[in-house]
Amino acid sequence: MNFWQKLLALDRRYIFIFVALALLIPLFLTAPPGFLKKIDISPPVKSLYDYVEKLPPGSKVMIAFDYDPPTTPELQPMAVSFLKHCFMRDLKVIMIGLWPQGPVQAQFAMEQDILTDEAIKPKNLQYGVDYVNLGFQAGNEFVILRMGNDIAAAFPADYFGTRTRELPLMKDVKNFDNIRLIYNLSAGYPGTYEWVIFAGDRFGVKIAGGNTAVQYPHNSPYLQTGQLVGLLGGMAGAAAYEKISGYLGKATRYMLAQAVSHAMVVFFIIIGNLAYFITRGRKSE
Amino acid sequence: MGFVYVIQFFVPHPPFDKFQNWGNDWIQIIAGFAIFLGILNLLKVSSEKIYKKSKGWGYAAITIVGFLIMTIAGLYEGKDYQNPGTSFYWIYFTMFFPLNSTMFAILAFFVASASYRAFRARNKEATLLLLAAIFLMLGRTPLGDYLSGWAPDGWQLKNISDWIMDFPQTAGQRAIMIGIALGIISTSLRVITGLERTFVGGE
Repeated sequence: MNFWQKLLALDRRYIFIFVALALLIPLFLTAPPGFLKKIDISPPVKSLYDYVEKLPPGSKVMIAFDYDPPTTPELQPMAVSFLKHCFMRDLKVIMIGLWPQGPVQAQFAMEQDILTDEAIKPKNLQYGVDYVNLGFQAGNEFVILRMGNDIAAAFPADYFGTRTRELPLMKDVKNFDNIRLIYNLSAGYPGTYEWVIFAGDRFGVKIAGGNTAVQYPHNSPYLQTGQLVGLLGGMAGAAAYEKISGYLGKATRYMLAQAVSHAMVVFFIIIGNLAYFITRGRKSE
Repeated sequence: MGFVYVIQFFVPHPPFDKFQNWGNDWIQIIAGFAIFLGILNLLKVSSEKIYKKSKGWGYAAITIVGFLIMTIAGLYEGKDYQNPGTSFYWIYFTMFFPLNSTMFAILAFFVASASYRAFRARNKEATLLLLAAIFLMLGRTPLGDYLSGWAPDGWQLKNISDWIMDFPQTAGQRAIMIGIALGIISTSLRVITGLERTFVGGE
């Protein structure tokens, strides 16, 4: 067995070690100068940012946390940077989840990143007045349809058990007519696709999304049709939003690890193909 | 019910909007019970596995123990079980959260290994797929800019990956979506009119 044949039969555990190193080492390194400048702000990211910038202070924005811990590295930074942007613009935020663990993610973002942020602290955010977490509701797209007519009917109580109608922020919020933007963070079903169809198309409310990199291509056609105001895709999308909004966070820090691991996978693909063609050529001889 | 939803979509006025609201309320209630049903089913299947000592019965035991621990912790803490400082919160963030994340994170290793073994330029189609993957993987990170920043605009990896996403990918995705939508419409009409009964066990 020659070198190339050995390479083709390489034990996958060696690949695992290389990928682990490619992911781990950059986490402890500082990005080279200029790295941040090279994070690309794509048009869908810019259009979401611009839309939020144009909202008058006091406007109500809804964030649907439709994901759970596995996709936290990609979606949580999108949630945090968007929340910071909203609060800096004095927008009112209503958080919900169609996934059971979504509202926990929302609470996690508020406690770990928003309420402890030095730039946000002077805003003195108050629960029930500046933001609410309405918790989880089972029923997927039917919950969206119900919210279109009456949000409090779909979510009778909030995350902490308080009646929704008793929350000051929810007093003048009846349905989607009172919401200026719904930002859906999605890792699957129900997700952006359902929000576009059942909230955007049906009730005319503006929808934006933040998706995992895997899910992004599924929803990107809605950008060209104007059914989505903006769409963030994967870690790169999260880093781009952090960059444009000026709140550099975890996504920006993780970008180096992602870039190196992508390069590692490409390297393995090239090596694998090289070995394949060389060994195939020798076989045919 | 199917017709109520169809009519309501085109006539969003009384009494059809009321019918839809009732329907949605019922669906939410049924969905709530479905979660309960799912829990019972999980316990039944796992218990059977343990009783019969089937392959992997140890995992079933861990499932039941995990379920009981979380349930007891939640019930013990009462109404504020989700608040920081509770045992439920601690279990969620120190055990469930990292374990759940790890399951997804190991995907990266399998993707890398599978790419090495299976991503071969065996024919024209496979070569196209392989090139698209390489352009996207490099172009979607700042690395693409480092590698091709010197090239003319149209040949930069970032722009090539954007082109792939905006045109071939969107066109393909749209074709799939239209196909699925037509399939859903025809299947839904068959279900609503009673022609399709396989979902309730009929022929």
